Amino acid sequence: MLGISLGLAAGVMAGLFGVGGGILFVPALVALGLGQLDAQGTSLLAILPTVAAGTWNQRRYGNLHVRTALVVGLASIVGVEVGARIVVALPENALRRLFAVLLFAVAAQLVWRARRATRSYPDSK
Amino acid sequence: MRLVAIGLAAGVFSAFFGVGGGILAVPLLILLAHMPERAASATSLLAIAITAAAGVIAFSLRGHVEVEYAALVGLPAAVGALAGTTLQQRVRTSTLTYGFAVLLTSVGVWLLVS
Repeated sequence: MLGISLGLAAGVMAGLFGVGGGILFVPALVALGLGQLDAQGTSLLAILPTVAAGTWNQRRYGNLHVRTALVVGLASIVGVEVGARIVVALPENALRRLFAVLLFAVAAQLVWRARRATRSYPDSK
Repeated sequence: MRLVAIGLAAGVFSAFFGVGGGILAVPLLILLAHMPERAASATSLLAIAITAAAGVIAFSLRGHVEVEYAALVGLPAAVGALAGTTLQQRVRTSTLTYGFAVLLTSVGVWLLVS
């Protein structure tokens, strides 16, 4: 039950604030008892249904540049293998701290984006 | 070449943190590939599908993917995301965004002390 609620809440927040699910899935999976590395690996599988649904949705609006996405996506496979090799060699404690820093950075970026949006449209406040 | 560099960077970032990599890929597509914001977000989604699938293979080969947990969290999330995206069109998010930033910061602090 806790897992389903956390997943549902993570999805709503991801859709509402335009962030990916992964940043919320990793702490949710840690809260459910997974280790940091297992939570990060599992998060990548957990984001696939959301990403697939999002891509399907965007396709209708004509914003999707398929060739660009394929070049970026295929190149990323090499990066994934490099990143995976580094990450499995690191201690879980260090990984968890680095993930916390990522959360702070995303929080700061959100505040910056919200402030900029308010400044561009002062009437909408 | 720029697109390949963006892909490489997004891939390393994604595997390192267990996230899609959109946080990095979207700004890079805007700044380096000169894409408009909406096109960059949409395009990064399809790229992320490939990145995350590659990550699933890389981490399951190393024994770090728990399929039941992924389904438990990931399937309700896909439903939640649809609701969140619809809600985004109807509510003013700027105030909510500050609340969300506080939530992310709290989760970060929790990870540091746990």
